[in-house]
Amino acid sequence: MATPKKTVAKESGQEKAGSPPEFSREQELKALRDMLLIRRFEEKAGQLYGMGAIGGFCHLYIGQEAVVVGMQMALKPGDEVITGYRDHGHMLACDMEAKGVMAELTGRRGGYSRGKGGSMHMFSKEKHFYGGHGIVGAQVSLGTGLAFANRYSGNDNVSVTYFGDGAANQGQVYESFNMAELWKLPVIYVIENNRYAMGTAVSRASAQQDFSKRGVSFNIPGKQVDGMDVRAVKAAADEATAWCRGGNGPIILEMQTYRYRGHSMSDPAKYRTREEVEKVRHDQDPIEQVRNRLLAAGVSEQDLKAIDAEVREIVNAAADFAQHDPEPDPSELYTDIYR
Amino acid sequence: MPIQVLMPALSPTMEKGNLAKWLKKEGETIKSGDVIAEIETDKATMEVEATDEGTLGKILIPEGTADVAVNTPIATILADGESAADLAKAPAAPVPQPKAAEAPAAEAKAEAPQPAAKVPAAPVSEALPDPEIPAGTEMVTQTIREALRDAMAEEMRRDGDVFIMGEEVAEYQGAYKVTQGLLQEFGARRVIDTPITEHGFAGVGVGAAMAGLKPIVEFMTWNFAMQAIDQIINSAAKTLYMSGGQMGCSIVFRGPNGAAARVAAQHSQDYAAWYSQIPGLKVIAPYSAADYKGLLKAAIRDPNPVVFLENEMLYGHTGEVPKLPDFVVPIGKARIARAGKDVTIVSWAMGMSYALKAADELAKEGIEAEVIDLRTIRPMDTETIINSVKKTGRAVTVEEGWQQSGVGSEVASRIMEHAFDYLDAPVARVSGKDVPMPYAANLEKLALPSVAEVVAAAKAVSYR
Repeated sequence: MATPKKTVAKESGQEKAGSPPEFSREQELKALRDMLLIRRFEEKAGQLYGMGAIGGFCHLYIGQEAVVVGMQMALKPGDEVITGYRDHGHMLACDMEAKGVMAELTGRRGGYSRGKGGSMHMFSKEKHFYGGHGIVGAQVSLGTGLAFANRYSGNDNVSVTYFGDGAANQGQVYESFNMAELWKLPVIYVIENNRYAMGTAVSRASAQQDFSKRGVSFNIPGKQVDGMDVRAVKAAADEATAWCRGGNGPIILEMQTYRYRGHSMSDPAKYRTREEVEKVRHDQDPIEQVRNRLLAAGVSEQDLKAIDAEVREIVNAAADFAQHDPEPDPSELYTDIYR
Repeated sequence: MPIQVLMPALSPTMEKGNLAKWLKKEGETIKSGDVIAEIETDKATMEVEATDEGTLGKILIPEGTADVAVNTPIATILADGESAADLAKAPAAPVPQPKAAEAPAAEAKAEAPQPAAKVPAAPVSEALPDPEIPAGTEMVTQTIREALRDAMAEEMRRDGDVFIMGEEVAEYQGAYKVTQGLLQEFGARRVIDTPITEHGFAGVGVGAAMAGLKPIVEFMTWNFAMQAIDQIINSAAKTLYMSGGQMGCSIVFRGPNGAAARVAAQHSQDYAAWYSQIPGLKVIAPYSAADYKGLLKAAIRDPNPVVFLENEMLYGHTGEVPKLPDFVVPIGKARIARAGKDVTIVSWAMGMSYALKAADELAKEGIEAEVIDLRTIRPMDTETIINSVKKTGRAVTVEEGWQQSGVGSEVASRIMEHAFDYLDAPVARVSGKDVPMPYAANLEKLALPSVAEVVAAAKAVSYR
């Protein structure tokens, strides 16, 4: 196989070449709306969990919204998305309905998996969202398989495979990296580095803390991206999709981001200080960044409030549906085991 | 309207907690995300974040209160423009209880208390009979290795979405020569050598299947597939269920299983029982050349994940395979390999070689054994087993795998459940011994079942 011409900077590491390209007002408004939807949805999910309406594990995405929203803005219909268990934001970004996602969280028949998957296991073939996987790192091999299918079928779709800084230490990630580069598969590995794998800080778990370099021994280029700035994410995603569609094989994007909430719901948060969380919230919040730019550009507070109101309405309707929709029929116990 | 803050459940098991501390006072402004209180549970002290914005109107549960039940209102938040006078308007905010789905109409005799919904009956799988082989059909004598290769080649010709990947399947022509010639016919796009990374390429195969392709994933042996077992079980077998039927996975995992010869413990293990436990998987372990071909073709066409267990010792065995344009054997149907009336011997795969030889021996002593080749381990053809046991009243299972929680144990349980009154003797199990496979030739022989053990078991259940 001929080695294609590389069109993306090969060097890994910090690229802080000024601020990212500006968004149009339309893009800013879309980014704001999509990030707000995720945040309000997750806040509501936390609330419903507190009321006992959601059971088991529930991993909230609050703080990381710019990553999925920025990535999604660079994708085209047909591109696949797959991720781990902190997945509600990815589904909403893929344009899956808030109602169906929330009803899955409450285990009702109107949920995306008819109540049989729960928070960590949801899919939408229609929206090219391939889950929702509960085993840390498993989605990396699966996402590589989606890219394999793209290559096999000769389409120009790209598989966007998300995983965290914790999953980045799993063995199958590197087995997948090797095959992806060997076979030049169109896959963007998005490493969402939110600094903590459950309660373990990156510095306590990772010998190489620059995740953009994790593909170096496979010749996979990588880039560190400010994952709190949706414009930076979108710009990196544009480059990465072009790289993959150009037949150059995989690429790694390390998104430097932060999770405000606990790992799951019962997280005593002893591994970081309240001040650290507050500081990120105050200085880097992805939604506030867009809001402030829009206000500075002359958009009225009232217009922004209208967006918030629209989003709250969607989320409230979803929560209402998710609490009143019936549980699955008992006959569903034995359906969907075989086709 | 003022918003009530309820005592939150902070873990899946929490029912009550202590309100340790209020971090906001009445009248203070609250933003979404502000920590308003600390709660102690049996596990830890945790912070309660506000999810609504406004002013803390009234604290309903003072700090220091122990054992506050989840969902008890603990405070009220006033929205913009509201005052203390609005506090009385706060709703009780009941949590709607999930409506339990109605029990089937026949049982819905509105009597309180409502009985718990009845567990629906598990579906019974019904397999089709074997395809008819028209009189005069030419029978081809071929090795099992060739039968497998032909099955794959025919299915690859038939469906462009079928491809094979694995270690040494292409240029080397297969570690056991099962894929011989496939690279030459189908090219490197569809016959793919992988690096030695079972976990990774099993996951790549499952991902490709989720996208709609129909991979055949060859493991050089099933021993190495233990590296990949998470992808086989957690990703391939469970996704259809977890996606509410949206996303299935048409994939075949195949390769040699069970004891080979003199390769010791790590390379000699039978996985039939392991995989047969998993709902969502189909598990096939054939014995005859015709079944190897017909069942592999069925497995490749099946829309579900299939574990196809072959046997290295059988690859070179020959058998008669009908020369038909499309010979497919249905999954889930056992075959009566030898008819008899005195004792039923149930086996599959390599176990069949002991069972059939034992049946010959038994015949010399006037015992006519009926030998059933299960062929498919999951779904298991209970009906064929039970019908035979009802006739013979006696049963012996034969397998190379270990006895504890083995497939033979499952067969014995089903006989007990469905034909207890027909049994004239307890079911006997012949199996591999409860040891890791030894290397020394004499010990290895002792660790495996033998024809003599099967004969002895059949005579024991016949009281002879």
